[in-house]
Amino acid sequence: MTLAQRIETSAQPDGPSTLTAQARPAIVLVAAFTLLLGFAYPLAVTGIAQAVFPVEANGSLVTRDATVIGSALIGQTFTRPEYFQPRPSAAGAGYDGLASSGSNLGPTSQKLSDRIGESVAAQRADGVTGTLPADAVTASGSGLDPHVSPDYALIQVPRVAKARGLPEADVRAMVTGAVEAPVFGLIGEPRVNVLPLNLALDALDR
Amino acid sequence: MTLVGWLQIALVFGLVLAAAAPLGAFMAKVHAGERTVLSPVLGPIERRLYSAAGVDPAREQGWLGYTLGMLVFNAAGFALLYAILRLQGVMPFNPQGFGGLAPDLAFNTAVSFVTNTNWQNYAGESTMSHFSQMAGLTVQNFLSAATGMALAVALVRAFSRSGAATVGNVFADITRSTLYVLLPLALVTALIQVALGTPQTLDGSVVATTVEGGQQTLALGPVASQIAIKQLGTNGGGFFNANAAHPFENPNALSNMLTIWQMLVVSTALVFAFGRLVGDKRQGRAVLAAMGILLVTAVGLCYWAESAGTPLLAGAGLDPAGGNMEGKEVRFGIAMSAMFAAVTTGLSDGAVNAMHGSFTPLGGMVPMVLIQLGEILPGGVGSGLYGMLVVAILAVFVAGLMVGRTPEYLGKKIEAKEVKMAMLAILVLPAAILGFSAVSAVIPAGLAGPGNAGPHGLSEILYAYSSAAGNNGSAFGSLSGNTTWYNITLAVAMLLGRFAYIVPMMAIAGSLVVKPRLAASSGTFPTHGPLFVGLLVGIILVLGGLQFFPALALGPIAEHVEMQAGTLF
Repeated sequence: MTLAQRIETSAQPDGPSTLTAQARPAIVLVAAFTLLLGFAYPLAVTGIAQAVFPVEANGSLVTRDATVIGSALIGQTFTRPEYFQPRPSAAGAGYDGLASSGSNLGPTSQKLSDRIGESVAAQRADGVTGTLPADAVTASGSGLDPHVSPDYALIQVPRVAKARGLPEADVRAMVTGAVEAPVFGLIGEPRVNVLPLNLALDALDR
Repeated sequence: MTLVGWLQIALVFGLVLAAAAPLGAFMAKVHAGERTVLSPVLGPIERRLYSAAGVDPAREQGWLGYTLGMLVFNAAGFALLYAILRLQGVMPFNPQGFGGLAPDLAFNTAVSFVTNTNWQNYAGESTMSHFSQMAGLTVQNFLSAATGMALAVALVRAFSRSGAATVGNVFADITRSTLYVLLPLALVTALIQVALGTPQTLDGSVVATTVEGGQQTLALGPVASQIAIKQLGTNGGGFFNANAAHPFENPNALSNMLTIWQMLVVSTALVFAFGRLVGDKRQGRAVLAAMGILLVTAVGLCYWAESAGTPLLAGAGLDPAGGNMEGKEVRFGIAMSAMFAAVTTGLSDGAVNAMHGSFTPLGGMVPMVLIQLGEILPGGVGSGLYGMLVVAILAVFVAGLMVGRTPEYLGKKIEAKEVKMAMLAILVLPAAILGFSAVSAVIPAGLAGPGNAGPHGLSEILYAYSSAAGNNGSAFGSLSGNTTWYNITLAVAMLLGRFAYIVPMMAIAGSLVVKPRLAASSGTFPTHGPLFVGLLVGIILVLGGLQFFPALALGPIAEHVEMQAGTLF
């Protein structure tokens, strides 16, 4: 047994033991920690973040013609046939940045079955045949998913190409080029960010 | 399931273990009051805090004084947070001009963050000002985790000390846990999260004009500083409603790995610290092995169930290989969504990167069961370790019954008082979960909650009270919880799950600390080998199964059978 342990084990309680005796340390520490953790810490992180990572710290905003058109991290609604479309969204009326949410519908939900049935019918109306990628008709957890799977992007190629009057091969090559691979081929899933892909398509017309 | 999926899971667990061992050694030093590499910087701050608060860290407390001090500290934190939330409308840093919270919602939220639960009956981006998020919620994210860590350290001292009267000074333990462990980790990882894409600004929302000409409001704020400690402190309360599924909280696969690592690292390190503090690292490794076996099994079960998909999706013409993507993000996929779900409930975190309520019945049962097992795999910061040690006391008691000897754990005789107190603590969880769930399943105010019909509706109620009493905070999100009935009863369940557990647990500490520490003899049941690990795993499963199987049979298991039969509700 070391000296420190011998001293420690012989100790009798002499610290505060009653409720009243502990009120001052409790209240003072809560106040002091509020200053340290509630102000100093987040403000320090804000200061460093704004200086070193200004783009990320302000929401990775995307601008076109000096107008903010969205965030590179947040999905947005696309309905026109000439654009690649994102997944169904349960955030508000769809991709509402103030109402992030999944559908929270369970696997035996009639409502879920109906909603998926409608999405599948819409895909079939676009001329998509065969099995559908899992993300094409399911809503994401956030309702703001910016990505689709490469498969879901690829089945949209004929519609987009037709609407824009472009050769399918060219559009398909743009999708393939837009696929973000997993880091080191391991971390993450292969995916396509819809907003930059659609901006690249628009840039062709300019 | 894919090989790449499993490799990702293995990589995260590997990174946690690699960091937890040295962090545990550091934490053992901090809690022994020794100098560390951070002392030159943080020592002056620590001493200034003590002198302002009138704390002498060398003057220690018995178990009762320690527990009362913890309660007063938490009560003060609750009062301040409640006031901040009610007065939000007149506080600064409120660029969106949000008003104060209603009394029942403010009560629920304040209890939720003080008890390390972070159940959220509100949507952050449309309810909370930056002031409330920083000065209110972020502070309690730190302090509730530091409270848990302090209590665990006090219980470990009860084992490591021989014939002593004191378990430590609660204010010194909370201060050291915050300053030396949580704050440096939060500071560094928050900046990494910003680098990966998480916003950190005091400005309000930005309104974007979308490509198709619509309006999209992008909610911003001091996100990174809050979500770093939300994960490190196993709190789990999101800045945004969608929590870690929100692309700003969790922008990509790397940030997802970081958040899972953050959740696990402090609790895992505390198990290593435990081994060091009791002077036998093998004891820590045995406890960790039991936690690891159960947690990896749970990850596997959830991954399997979610990869299998559902008949509804397959019937609609979806590729069955894609699994169940309802409520999941493309950038995480099935593997990292399943791992996140199991880890967030094996701990008492409760952050989600996919919506548990849209999981398959068995996939969603995994997080529910992990909460009901007591969130000790490896559990919340501190609460996981003290929860596991209470179960270990029961395990050696059962082993003692089988061989007819007085049980011992870590050299301390386990006698009637310890076992009684352990049982009292263990019974808090089933009483709070099953009691409130049963009442909510029959009264109109309770039945108004679930958004899904059929067995899934019961699962929503059962999950809510499991999450509250277990201080987890995740949910089957279709439950409408912002009602007077749920705000109040969930808050009561949170308080019971936290403090009604802590008091008997600390009574065990008080009883053990005065006992002499005996040297192991040939008759001592070794608690560092595979036999003990197996016993511990068995006790955890038997306890959980006996308590919760009937309720689970009516919820997720019934739903699984109905789903296979093709029934929709």
